[in-house]
Amino acid sequence: MGLRLEEIESLIKEALPDAQITIQDLAGDENHYSATIKSKIFTGKSKIDQHKLVYKALKGKMGNELHALALNTMELK
Amino acid sequence: MNENTNIKIKIKSILEKNEVCLFMKGTPEVPQCGFSLAVSNVLKHLEVKFNGINVLEDPEIREGIKTFSDWPTIPQLYIKGEFIGGCDIIKEMFEKKELQSKLAEKKIPYKN
Repeated sequence: MGLRLEEIESLIKEALPDAQITIQDLAGDENHYSATIKSKIFTGKSKIDQHKLVYKALKGKMGNELHALALNTMELK
Repeated sequence: MNENTNIKIKIKSILEKNEVCLFMKGTPEVPQCGFSLAVSNVLKHLEVKFNGINVLEDPEIREGIKTFSDWPTIPQLYIKGEFIGGCDIIKEMFEKKELQSKLAEKKIPYKN
């Protein structure tokens, strides 16, 4: 189980092409990450909807292959 | 009636019975996951009376709540039937005092 950092980044990029992404592997186990994502697509959306967009980008892997991804989403100005 | 409908009804009835409801791994006394612990601690800090639903004790609820909220992870916080968010959102809302405003808006007693 687990997901490589590069895979997470490319899945997010695929769904949110303009995204500026910073990901940290918190435990070095490919299972606990923290990500800061900035995108224009988040503009005007609630935090819940912003996080849902990221979860959708991960195509069902969140909560399955990927145990923990702490999210910090921001509008890109 | 199919199984999914039954779980939906079960979740709705939990939400109706509990004004502040935290779907979590473990219990508020003994959380089994760091993220559940964090949200539980925020609510305890604000002295909010809440009901912790241990999804580890009920696989149907564990899967059902993810579909119900369209949210893939646990914990999940509901206030008066409204989905407020998961761990990251709750922590951020707490830091920005938005959670406190939400509680006030929903007329849930809390301590600052």
